[in-house]
Amino acid sequence: MAVAAEAQPIPSAPRRPPDRFRYVAGAAATVAPAALVLVVLNLLQQAGPALHHFGVGFLVGTDWNPVKDSFGALPAVVGTVATAFLALALALPIGVAVAVVLAEQGQARLRGVIGTAIELLAAIPSVVYGIWALYVLAPWSFQHLEVPISVHSGGIGWLAQPATRSLFNASLVLAVMILPTLTAISRDVIRGVPRGLKENAVALGATWWETTWKVILPSARNGIFGATILALGRALGETIAVTMVIGNRYVIPHSIFESAYTLASVIANEFNEATGTLYPAALVELGLVLILVTLVVNFGALVLVHTITRESRSSA
Amino acid sequence: MNRTARRRAINGMSLGLMYVLTLVALVPLGLVLWFTVARGLPSVLHLEFFTNTFRPVGIPGAGVSNALVGTGILVGLASVMAIPVGIVGGVYLAEYGIARWAAWVRLATDVLVGTPSIAIGLFVYGLVVLRMHHFSGVAGSIALAILMLPIVIRTTEGAVALIPNGLRESGLALGLPRWRVSLQLIVPAAAPGVITGALLAVARASGETAPLLFTTLGNTLFSVDPTHTLQALPLTVYQYALTPYKSLQDQAWGAALVLVMMVLGINLISRWVLRRQIRLAGQL
Repeated sequence: MAVAAEAQPIPSAPRRPPDRFRYVAGAAATVAPAALVLVVLNLLQQAGPALHHFGVGFLVGTDWNPVKDSFGALPAVVGTVATAFLALALALPIGVAVAVVLAEQGQARLRGVIGTAIELLAAIPSVVYGIWALYVLAPWSFQHLEVPISVHSGGIGWLAQPATRSLFNASLVLAVMILPTLTAISRDVIRGVPRGLKENAVALGATWWETTWKVILPSARNGIFGATILALGRALGETIAVTMVIGNRYVIPHSIFESAYTLASVIANEFNEATGTLYPAALVELGLVLILVTLVVNFGALVLVHTITRESRSSA
Repeated sequence: MNRTARRRAINGMSLGLMYVLTLVALVPLGLVLWFTVARGLPSVLHLEFFTNTFRPVGIPGAGVSNALVGTGILVGLASVMAIPVGIVGGVYLAEYGIARWAAWVRLATDVLVGTPSIAIGLFVYGLVVLRMHHFSGVAGSIALAILMLPIVIRTTEGAVALIPNGLRESGLALGLPRWRVSLQLIVPAAAPGVITGALLAVARASGETAPLLFTTLGNTLFSVDPTHTLQALPLTVYQYALTPYKSLQDQAWGAALVLVMMVLGINLISRWVLRRQIRLAGQL
C-alpha cells in the first residue's frame, strides 16, 4: 500500500471540456432556416379561413370583390408570371453579354468599374426604382415605345391598348432590377469554364466570338440557366417598384401594354385596408401562393448553381 | 468576301455588340442617379428638410426628420437583433460547416435571401402586430432583422473561411477552448469581412419598404418610441410619390436622394473594406 502511494502517477493532460460552443453557434445558424419554416407556417395559419372557404378554386377564380367576399387569384398570378417572364426576356441577352465582357481577361481596371457599377444597380432600393419608373421611365416608354409599337403593329391584340402604367413598364423596371443577379452569377460560371476548353478552341483557329458562342457559352449553359431561374425568383417577388407602375387593375390582361396587377402588389395595396375575416385571409393566401412559388424556384436554382460551381471547382 | 474575312467581320461585330449591350446595361444606373439628384437636390438643399416633419400641402418648411430618425431606430434595432446572431451563425457554418446539416442550413439561408420581403411583412404582422393589437417600430425592425440575418450569416462565413488554418491551430495548441478561438482569434482576424457583411445588411434594410407597410405603418409626427408607429425614409418616398401634390412629390424625390446617397455610400465603403481584407488575408 505504502509503496503504491509513493509512486507518482503521471499527470494526465487536463481533459478538454466538451465543445458547447458548437451547439450554441449551431443554434444561431439555425435561426434563418427556422424563420423560413415559421413564415410559411404562419402564412398558412393566417390564410386558413380563405383556404377553407375557397379550396383549390381560389387559384382559378378571376373575381376580386371584397363586397361580395368573392376572391380568386388568377389575374394576379397571370400578371406576376407575365411581368417576370417579360422582364427576363428583356434582361437575359444584356445580362449574359455583360457577363461575357466581365469574364474576359485583360483591361482589369475598366472591367472593375463596369462590375462595380452593375453591382450598385442591386444596391439601389426598390422604392427609388419605383419613383424613377413612375415619373421618368413609364411616361417615356409610353410615348417612345408603347404607342409607336402599338400603332405600327397594325392592331395585333397583345400589343394593343397602351397605358402609362402597364405590365410592360413594370417589366422594364424589373429587367433593370434583376440584371445584377443575372450578371454576377453568369460571370462566375463563365469564369469557371476550364481554361483548357477555351485554349483548345483558340488553338484550332477559332475567333474570339466562335470560342465564346460555340465553346464557352454552351459549357456554361446550365449555370446561366440557374442564374436565370434565380433572377426569375427575384422578379416574381418584387413588390414596391412594380406596385408603383403596373396600374393596379385586377383583370387578366389581354395586351402587354395594358394595366395589370401582381400578387405582391395586391397585398401591398390592400392589406392595410382589408376588413372582416375572409378578405385579409384571401390576401395572405395570395402571399402564400407567392412564397411557395418563389421557394420552389429559388431552391431549384440554388441547387443547380451550387452543383455547377462545385463541379467546375473540382475540375479546375 | 472570302471565308476568313467573313469570320473576322462577324467576330468584330459580335464583340462590338457585346460592348454596346454592356453600355445599355449601365444606362439605367446613370439615369436613376441623375434624376434622383436633379429632382431631389432642390428639396435637400433646405435645412428644414432635415429638421422639420410633415406639413400639409401649401404650408412651406416641410421636412423628413421623422423619417430619418425612424429609419435610424428601425435599422438600429434590427441590427442589434440580426448582426450578433448572424455573426455567430456564420462562424458556425465556416468552422463546423462540413456536416450535411450545415449544407442544408446554408441552402435554406440562401433561399431566405430570395424570399419576397412582402411575405416577411405579412409574417411579422401575424406574429407581432396581431398579438400586440397595434403597429409598432419593434414589429418593423423584426421584419428587417429577418431580411438582414441571411446576408450577415453568408458574408461572415465567407470572411471566416478566408482565415488560414494556422491561426486556428495555434489557438487550439495553446489550449484555448473552441469558442475563444472562434470569437477572439478568428472573428477579429476576419473583422473587415464581417463588418462588410453587417454594412451590406444595414444598407439593404435601410432601403426596404415592403416589410414595413404592415408592421411599422408610418407616422406623420416626430416619434422616437419604437413601441408605437414610426416613419421611415422608404415609406416617405412611397407614400409621397403616389400623391398628386407637387410639393409632396418633391419631398419624395428628396427622401429618395438621401436614401440613395446613404445606401451607395455604405456599399462603396464596405467594398473598400473588403478589398483591404482580401489583401491582408493574403499576407497572413
